[in-house]
Amino acid sequence: MATHSTDPQVPSDGRPLVSYPLIKYHLVAGGICVLISMLAGFLYSLQFLGYYPFPHSEALSPGHIRLFHTNFAAYGWLVNGFTGMCYYVIPRLTGYRVASEKLGWLIFWVWQFILLCMAGGFVHNRCQAIEWGETPTGFRPGSFELNWVPVDLLVTVGAVLVIVQLMVPLYKARAQKYYVTLWYFTSGLVWLALTYLMGNIIPEWVLPGAAGAAVTGLFIHDLVGLYVTPMGWGLMYFFVPLILRKPIWSHSLSVIGFWALAFFYPLGGVHHFLISPIPDYVEFGAISTTIAIEVVVTTVVVNFFMTLRGKWSALRTNMGIRWFYAGAVMYFITCFQCAFHVTWMFQKIIHFTDWVVGHAHMIMFGTFSFWLFGVIDWLWPRVVKREWYSARLKGWHFWLSTLGIAIMFLDLTMAGLIAGFMQKGLNPWSDMVTASVPFWWVRTFAGFLIITGLMCGLYNMWMTAKSDVVYVEEEHYISLAAD
Amino acid sequence: MERFYTFVFVAGVGCFGIAFVLSMVFPWMSLKEYHGMEYAKLDQLAAHPSVEFQQLEEAYPDAFKAVYPEGATPGNYAKALRAGRDLYIGQACWHCHSQYVRVVSNEEQRWGPPSEAYEYNNELNQPHLWGTRRVGPDLARLHGRHTNDWHIAHFLNPKDVTPYSVMPSYAYYFEPDGTPHEEGFALITYLQWLGTTFNPTHEQEVYPGGEGNE
Repeated sequence: MATHSTDPQVPSDGRPLVSYPLIKYHLVAGGICVLISMLAGFLYSLQFLGYYPFPHSEALSPGHIRLFHTNFAAYGWLVNGFTGMCYYVIPRLTGYRVASEKLGWLIFWVWQFILLCMAGGFVHNRCQAIEWGETPTGFRPGSFELNWVPVDLLVTVGAVLVIVQLMVPLYKARAQKYYVTLWYFTSGLVWLALTYLMGNIIPEWVLPGAAGAAVTGLFIHDLVGLYVTPMGWGLMYFFVPLILRKPIWSHSLSVIGFWALAFFYPLGGVHHFLISPIPDYVEFGAISTTIAIEVVVTTVVVNFFMTLRGKWSALRTNMGIRWFYAGAVMYFITCFQCAFHVTWMFQKIIHFTDWVVGHAHMIMFGTFSFWLFGVIDWLWPRVVKREWYSARLKGWHFWLSTLGIAIMFLDLTMAGLIAGFMQKGLNPWSDMVTASVPFWWVRTFAGFLIITGLMCGLYNMWMTAKSDVVYVEEEHYISLAAD
Repeated sequence: MERFYTFVFVAGVGCFGIAFVLSMVFPWMSLKEYHGMEYAKLDQLAAHPSVEFQQLEEAYPDAFKAVYPEGATPGNYAKALRAGRDLYIGQACWHCHSQYVRVVSNEEQRWGPPSEAYEYNNELNQPHLWGTRRVGPDLARLHGRHTNDWHIAHFLNPKDVTPYSVMPSYAYYFEPDGTPHEEGFALITYLQWLGTTFNPTHEQEVYPGGEGNE
């Protein structure tokens, strides 16, 4: 345990341990980005119904809007949210401040500049042909001639700055025995750097075609599995015991969960391009490790539900816990589904269909966004030092989001099965599209529910910040420093 | 055990490294030895301008000359292929159209022979554009499937050609009468190129039950 006073907020030299303004700005930026992302997704879904509002605009074409949807979700919402969350969690667990507050502001503005350049690149046809890594390279393909701001380079710089910022307290605490959260954060930051470099350099500049495809598959997978997932589970291991005021049920299961994730998860990358020109033995390796991950996920989920035993009422009384556990249930469903649909038997039917779209929404929104909403539920009153404005709005946010994602997931899964079997059955392509249209209407409706929920949440955040009911910290809460 | 360096080096670098070797280095080494895997640069791919590229010159001589003053030369063909591919990426066409035919789900009956690794070992597949979603059909075997005129009509308003289509209109790359702008020429040239690395003799094949037969 590091040396600091009994109040974890104020180390012995009197300067605050946690910089709340930085967290606030990151959460606000994240909130704006998730709104942009969802509005973009909603607009994109209208194209499928024939009601796209800007049919004659090259800049705002549906293809570009889709890039906004996914990239603002990943690089705008999740990165801002997780960085803000780390500014709170890492100093509190290690007992050391992040490297520098000034660096924090630099990172914040560099990152928002990156998002701006990324958006500008998209409307100018400058995206990179790597799924989830569409941030423009800024170079004309095949040359070193600039045709846009080199966003990839900026992201690399930004990521390195984030890593320096957060690794400093982690390094200073190297003599401590780490708590589970820090396992995930430390490795996750290393993985983030390696993954981003690998995914953006190798397929674009080094390996063409099928060999490059193995790497882009690995990149799609690792960005979610080795950055988003460690951040997500790290925050779960921190906030759930903190709010419930009891330790995690089993340390052994935490160990299994972490190391199995570290070992198996990156091996599954190629499963994004199955039954493709990538050699079969690589595909089989990816399939078997992906199925292995399901076992890991089960241990982690069991661990968390056993932790909740005896405290079930927290699901009713605490909104944070409700977000966290709803997210955990959806995490389990997504991974359970994954263990099946990664097999060739399922892939034949569902690979190119809406099934996968439903799967991706369930994990990115249903799990990781839910967890970030849970974090916001805890952090926001402490950041703005005001009581939550409305418990009722929190409820609307939760239930509209849950209902929305449940409808969307079931709807897209069914649409995927129908479309997949129609493709296999050699039905004319028109049959497949026509049969999908009713499902696309339901998808748009589900998106509308989700956006309405988000509006409730953001409005609640806004009114909380403006309210004059000062937040008073609860008398006790456990400081989860390393044991 | 549960300390900083373990998570940086063993979990962080170590586990990532194992995966990197198994899912990148191994397939790369296998594919290197695969039959016909010589890497083709863009100028090699464009050595013989396609019939469709020449037909564009014949059909729109003035507009074509304004963009490609030297005519349908290999150099201009390369330029068009590159620009067309960049547009295909920039407009995110690859998020709704895949570019590989699998050996399952009767795909070879709908689109043609299953894709093989050597087809993608060239400059215009770096990075590859396989895609992960098919709202529209696969395009890996597109070349010669439709005429240039079909493509122009389809880009102007997809619903005129295929009434059920949910594809957006790309009319801003064409004059209202269908004369392509620079982007329109490039896009069509690129689309008519897709699949030619599989079948260099440009033989038209007919696929029973395929797209366009409905």
